[in-house]
Amino acid sequence: MEKDLSILIGGEAGQGTRLAGNLIANLFNKLGYFVYVYEDYQSLIRGGHNFSEIRVAGEKKEARKKEIDVLIAFDKNTIFLHQKRLKKDGLLIFNADRIEQKKGIGIFADKIIKEEGGIPQMINTVFISALSKALGISFEILESVLKEKIKKGIDLNLKIAKRVYETLETKTKVAKIRPLANSLLLTGNEACALGMIRAGLEFYFAYPMTPATSILNFLAQKEEELKVKTFQPESEIAVINMAIGSAFAGKRSAVGSSGGGFALMVEALSLAAQTETPILIVESQRAGPSTGMPTYNLQGDLDFVLGAGHGDVTKFVLQAGNAQDALFLGNLGLNLAWRYQTPVILLLDKDVSENTFSVDSKILKGLKIEKPKLFFGKNYQRYKITKDGISPLAFPGSDFIVKANSYEHDESGITTDDEKIVQKMQEKRKRKFESMEKEVEKLGGIEVFGKNSAKVAIFPIGISKGVAIELAKEFNFKVIFPWILKPFPEKKVKEELKGVKKVFTLEMNATGQLANYLKRFGILAEPILKYTGRPFFIDELREKFKKI
Amino acid sequence: MKYQTEAKITWCPGCSNFLILRAFQDVLFELEKEGQNPKEIVFLTGIGCHGKIFDYLNLNSFYALHGRSIATAQGIKLANPKLKVICFVGDGDCYNEGIEHLIFAAKRNSDIKVFVHNNRNFALTVSQFTATSPKGFKGSSTPKGSIEEPFNPLELVFSAGATFVARTFTGNFEHLKKMIKEAILHEGFAFLEILQPCITFFDLTNFFKERVYTLENQDFESREKAQEKIREWDYKNDGKIPIGIFYKIKKPTFEQEFFKPSQS
Repeated sequence: MEKDLSILIGGEAGQGTRLAGNLIANLFNKLGYFVYVYEDYQSLIRGGHNFSEIRVAGEKKEARKKEIDVLIAFDKNTIFLHQKRLKKDGLLIFNADRIEQKKGIGIFADKIIKEEGGIPQMINTVFISALSKALGISFEILESVLKEKIKKGIDLNLKIAKRVYETLETKTKVAKIRPLANSLLLTGNEACALGMIRAGLEFYFAYPMTPATSILNFLAQKEEELKVKTFQPESEIAVINMAIGSAFAGKRSAVGSSGGGFALMVEALSLAAQTETPILIVESQRAGPSTGMPTYNLQGDLDFVLGAGHGDVTKFVLQAGNAQDALFLGNLGLNLAWRYQTPVILLLDKDVSENTFSVDSKILKGLKIEKPKLFFGKNYQRYKITKDGISPLAFPGSDFIVKANSYEHDESGITTDDEKIVQKMQEKRKRKFESMEKEVEKLGGIEVFGKNSAKVAIFPIGISKGVAIELAKEFNFKVIFPWILKPFPEKKVKEELKGVKKVFTLEMNATGQLANYLKRFGILAEPILKYTGRPFFIDELREKFKKI
Repeated sequence: MKYQTEAKITWCPGCSNFLILRAFQDVLFELEKEGQNPKEIVFLTGIGCHGKIFDYLNLNSFYALHGRSIATAQGIKLANPKLKVICFVGDGDCYNEGIEHLIFAAKRNSDIKVFVHNNRNFALTVSQFTATSPKGFKGSSTPKGSIEEPFNPLELVFSAGATFVARTFTGNFEHLKKMIKEAILHEGFAFLEILQPCITFFDLTNFFKERVYTLENQDFESREKAQEKIREWDYKNDGKIPIGIFYKIKKPTFEQEFFKPSQS
């Protein structure tokens, strides 16, 4: 078989296709493949149709292909919906207890589980075993994955796996690749959480909202191991105001939500800027406006996030295009918040948050906790005027009196409307933003892929980064991914655009919000848009690019 | 320690908020004498006339958003449970805008103290009706009188789970001081409503003086007795108005539960 496979596994909600997809991802991770898992599910608990699409390749490929190589069907609906995408010589594996079907490999999964005395969830084991055998993956590798991932009833699972493995034939062999070492499989949300932890995160506050919820769940389940505390208060308004309180008292704090929850936080975003309280806000976009589609992706919050906050609000806005970015930026974001005593927004989207990616574990080693600028001395003033706009920090409970104020204030924090002082304080925060701009220049803030001499440049948002990179190779385009959106890395971007004749943005929204944003910096880009809630297929973009 | 700052006080001359400021300072001196480190006190304010107290006290403090100081306060308490955390809030501030935080802080028994300056109107925005303004209140937004009846905040907070529920009146200075101190010393969520007449827009000084009486021999741990006394004045009827501690029990605090090592 090829070195680039797409495996789709589908069924009803509650049948465990997501876990099965995860097992397959781990199987290929063990073989040293790059893995990308696209999750497609609906906002319901039982029934409906869920599927995972697992793309495995010898190199990094973080995009969906229309054609699939293997289709695993837990129910009839999966065959009905996805069979047309299966290659002619593709592999169909299905549950023969539930589906009547001539072609393909039918397994009487329910029957096997019943005879072995198993429970319904063990259907995952049946299918991953069937897949392993069909693709010629050794039982030893399968066994090690099952042992790692299944904690309860492993003996019975292995027995079932063995029975299935022995009754089937090998249809084809997985291609040999140069195996990848030290690769972790992480969703964007897990990666973001780990990145924050590596920056010393102490408190995470959140109210459940898809697709950001799994950051809260992940951290809550690993509180002891990761030495972090999580809390779910009464609303997103409480979430951010509490987090600002805990940061004021000296603890590294972050919050997360999707657009609707973030909207509720915005008044306090401005509070964080005015009181100069460090806070990291993770905003994972989902389809809007309003409640939109909870489990599908649109990148329609870009305008909102970039403009959020009443008054002249200092803030960083970062964006991640995969789990590796989320890991790096979760870390950097929290450190930047403390270095500049400012709110930082890390923009994710549903697919970056919930899809699974191969992440190079070496990156973890480079992630550090940065010390903020602390006060030493006498006569503390929370808002001391400084050259770089950053006033040293002190916390209540120490030797100093710390006064933080949402009103305009003087250096010691006392409320003021005195013209001269107001002007000085506004200018102090302005200088801080200028320091932040210099920081962006130092950091670079963009990633560039593809040919240096390319005549066409593409700016993707979030999850479209993967598909852009893959196509740029085919078409000799250049991809510019600004992972810092605010302050905008204008100089670096413009250097990269020298010699470029045509600029496109790749966006999952209906109005081309990134193209509009680029216009502010004199960059004219034509937006390529998709707004169905599903990310671009590489095939549909290829057709578009052929016409360029 | 010197508790007063140099900031110019901008309450109306004769405002009952001066009494709260003074009473609180007196209590601070007493507490300091009794061993409380003043640097381990943090107070918060919401937005409204009450909030101006932020500028007048040389203590760790956070001038929070309108209605949100109780949420911010719980964040501070979680981050550093050693700190004594006190919220000065207004009736518009915490019964209107931020009531969710008041109810949930009471429900959790968070170890913070909430002092409500209840002047029964939004005064700093030149007088509009709040959750505890009487029906028919003629404010700038209700020239014909408000059409809503007030609710009884004590009953609400009591039902939500507060472990300390009390009321005082600025017209009884010694009582005011006593209640502030009792509330600060309570371990758990302490709710103290301070009847604080607004002499400019809604002067209820005499109304309260005629009706207020001090609770005596109250059984602090009886829910029935507490409820009975809390309901005696429901902000609508024209009966007597009890002040004092209605209810006070000991219960593990939110922060103790939060940091309790897991059993598993």
